[in-house]
Amino acid sequence: MSEYIIKNGHVFDPVQGIKGDKKDIAIKDGKIVDKVGSGAKVIDASGKTVMAGAVEIHAHIAGPKVNLGRIYRPEDKLFTCTPTKGMERMGGGASIPTTFKTGYEYAKMGYTTAMEAAMPPLFSRHTHEEIRDTPIIDEGAFPVFGNNWFVLEYLKNHEIENAAAYIAWLLRVTKGYAVKVVNPGGTEAWAWGLNCLSVNDPVPYFDITPAEIVRGLIEANEYLGLPHSMHIHPNNLGNPGCYETTLDTMRLAEGFKAKNKFGREQVLHLTHTQFHSYKGTNWGDFESGAKEVTDYVNKNKNITIDTGNVTLDETTTMTADGPFEHHLTGLNHLKWANVDVELETAAGVVPYIYSPNISVCAIQWAIGLEIPLMMKDPMRCFITTDHPNAGPFTRYPRVFKWLMSAKARNTLIDSFKHKDKVLSQTSLGSLDREISLYELAQMTRAGPAKSLGLSAVCGGLKPGMDADVAVYNFNPDKPVANPDDIETAFSRCAAVFKSGVQVVSNGDIVSNGNKRTLWVDVKVNENAQVARDISEKFVKYYSMTQNNYEALGHHFVPNPFALEVDATQV
Amino acid sequence: METVTITMKNLPTLYLEADTISPDAFAGKTAAQIAELPAFEGNVPTTLGAYFTVSGSAGATAADTKIVVKGDVKKVKYLGFKMSAGELVIEGSTDLYVGAWMTGGKILAKGDVAAFAALAMKGGELTVEGNAGNYLGAAYRGDWRGMSGGKIFVKGNAGSDIGMYMTGGEITVGGDVDVHALTHAEGGKLIVKGNAKSKLGGQMVEGTIIVFGSIEVMMPGFKPNGEVELEVEGTKAKFAHFIGDTGERHKKKKGVMQYGNLYKKI
Repeated sequence: MSEYIIKNGHVFDPVQGIKGDKKDIAIKDGKIVDKVGSGAKVIDASGKTVMAGAVEIHAHIAGPKVNLGRIYRPEDKLFTCTPTKGMERMGGGASIPTTFKTGYEYAKMGYTTAMEAAMPPLFSRHTHEEIRDTPIIDEGAFPVFGNNWFVLEYLKNHEIENAAAYIAWLLRVTKGYAVKVVNPGGTEAWAWGLNCLSVNDPVPYFDITPAEIVRGLIEANEYLGLPHSMHIHPNNLGNPGCYETTLDTMRLAEGFKAKNKFGREQVLHLTHTQFHSYKGTNWGDFESGAKEVTDYVNKNKNITIDTGNVTLDETTTMTADGPFEHHLTGLNHLKWANVDVELETAAGVVPYIYSPNISVCAIQWAIGLEIPLMMKDPMRCFITTDHPNAGPFTRYPRVFKWLMSAKARNTLIDSFKHKDKVLSQTSLGSLDREISLYELAQMTRAGPAKSLGLSAVCGGLKPGMDADVAVYNFNPDKPVANPDDIETAFSRCAAVFKSGVQVVSNGDIVSNGNKRTLWVDVKVNENAQVARDISEKFVKYYSMTQNNYEALGHHFVPNPFALEVDATQV
Repeated sequence: METVTITMKNLPTLYLEADTISPDAFAGKTAAQIAELPAFEGNVPTTLGAYFTVSGSAGATAADTKIVVKGDVKKVKYLGFKMSAGELVIEGSTDLYVGAWMTGGKILAKGDVAAFAALAMKGGELTVEGNAGNYLGAAYRGDWRGMSGGKIFVKGNAGSDIGMYMTGGEITVGGDVDVHALTHAEGGKLIVKGNAKSKLGGQMVEGTIIVFGSIEVMMPGFKPNGEVELEVEGTKAKFAHFIGDTGERHKKKKGVMQYGNLYKKI
């Protein structure tokens, strides 16, 4: 493999505590190294910002519900198609881009790792086919567990060992990465036309509460010692007053400590926190609960969060929270798609327009920015748009601009039709904090990598780590004349390396890289009961046989990267 | 106003996608520059000059530019695509997407236009002296934002699904309309001088349909609401009034439920 040296860039690397010092980054055989020979190819990064490749902790970028969005929204591709160009195949779509465009757009912004946040286990084969067809970026997928019949039955009786054995089996057959929970119990209740809006609402038939599901899955997750923690989209998403359910959900993690060999410290990751930080009793008195939520997270070190920033775009919402999407289509009267996934989960899809002229949307935008600005530890708060739910991931550079420039935020607030309401219902107008480049590297690289248990692999520039490097046309020594320059600089990298291969040069894709599928391979002791339960459920309930369930082999996972966990001795 | 005349000289073998034939794209250009404007024949990039002879020159702005299209353009799509001002005269019949996404200006089509004409139109005027195809003034596939402003006149007949998801503006059809006119409409007006077929105004929430001739099959969701005397384009007559589609959700304005209005000449 070729050797590279990225010279004289301003390096920001929280893993080594480097805060913009001029430093050379050497790359050899796909890894960051101390030094390379004189024959190494030189990339001149003087006057530029150098960071590790960014890590996406939560996005919906592969799988059946993403594809359902693509199929039922042909208008998303209207005027957004890009033709073949050099290495790039044609692509299209704004909020639900094609797989190729997804890979290219992430890479051009300096992202080299991304997690698909909700994989229905039954459709893991489809999910992996899309992941395979998304070039460049390393990807993992989180199977959903929070409404799974096995999980509900084991946890009802507090059978943690059985739940853990089932999780280990499911991660292996679906090539999954982590334990994802979406509206615990609520999505199963949706199959009965109901929902669970608090952590104590009973799930019909199964006679279990969301609180028992969440606690049980945290316990099983730590019993196995998985790289990532239980990753949760709590009950009651998107409703005024939902911040209390969010606090109740986070309190369920009290007393649990992370137990793993990957350097992860949290036991609960709260995702798209913006959607879960609403106060008020209706859309009229709707206000921000960001302070209450971040106060709690600031005090409790066993929790990490991501933001879910509203970007004020037309987008496509999609979630395994089936009842929420039904609620949403009732609000905006736009087309609704709903899917039931047998014993496992469900999904809904509804287009949504976050208009800056609608007060609720503008307040949602403000809450999304309040959260990271109120978080004291940037290593525990990561930037996401819950792509495509709060906005397309291609808007990250714009979110960075709003976070790094109070002027950019205030200019936008001034342009809002309901400016006064945004200022009275949120505290964004009084927050003058501006995120530094070092903090940005924590929130988009080192932080999410650590939370995912990948801190030895990516998210930093320490020798021995994967050579995922992004070089931005941004000179931290110069004052920012116009905040839009931040957005421009972070939109298109000067250079990007993925595992030591240069994939982007001057904003153009120059290689499809060496994309890997990240998954977690857990060894557990044989568990005859769980094996019997699985085969019985396939015979009795599933519409396919167990033999057709597994995502196996080159077709589905051509370039696997397994994180190995041994849970046989616990 | 300056006039540019483009005349078909080499008929395309495949369909020519010429979304650059609009006053906006021509404005400020000489005949030679206009001939260099891009187009696609099938998936092959080409120029307008490869198919058309260009004479005259464009005005400084779209509003100062009139385009006259001569010759056989039955295999040309997207004439007047996204135009905002100026004039476009098409002397013969043409293919899909005439005046699609137009926001202003005037188009006169002396022959027939195929489907998707004035798709999602926001303003301006489209006059068709022949017949119009399906999806006239409708929303793009999958979209819920149809024609929202402007005027369309069709002297002949119009096809199916016209004014689908219409929210504003006016369509007048001198002849007959096919099935599914004004499906899902949330505003706007359709006048049919001839006859209408079935599924007229299905899932209509708001908007107006006036039919002078017959309606082959009335939607069951429309309720009779008495008779009214209306003056429509200079004709005074008695109409039977229906409201609907009662199978859909309807908004209340100042406490009054809003329905789609369907008037049929008695």
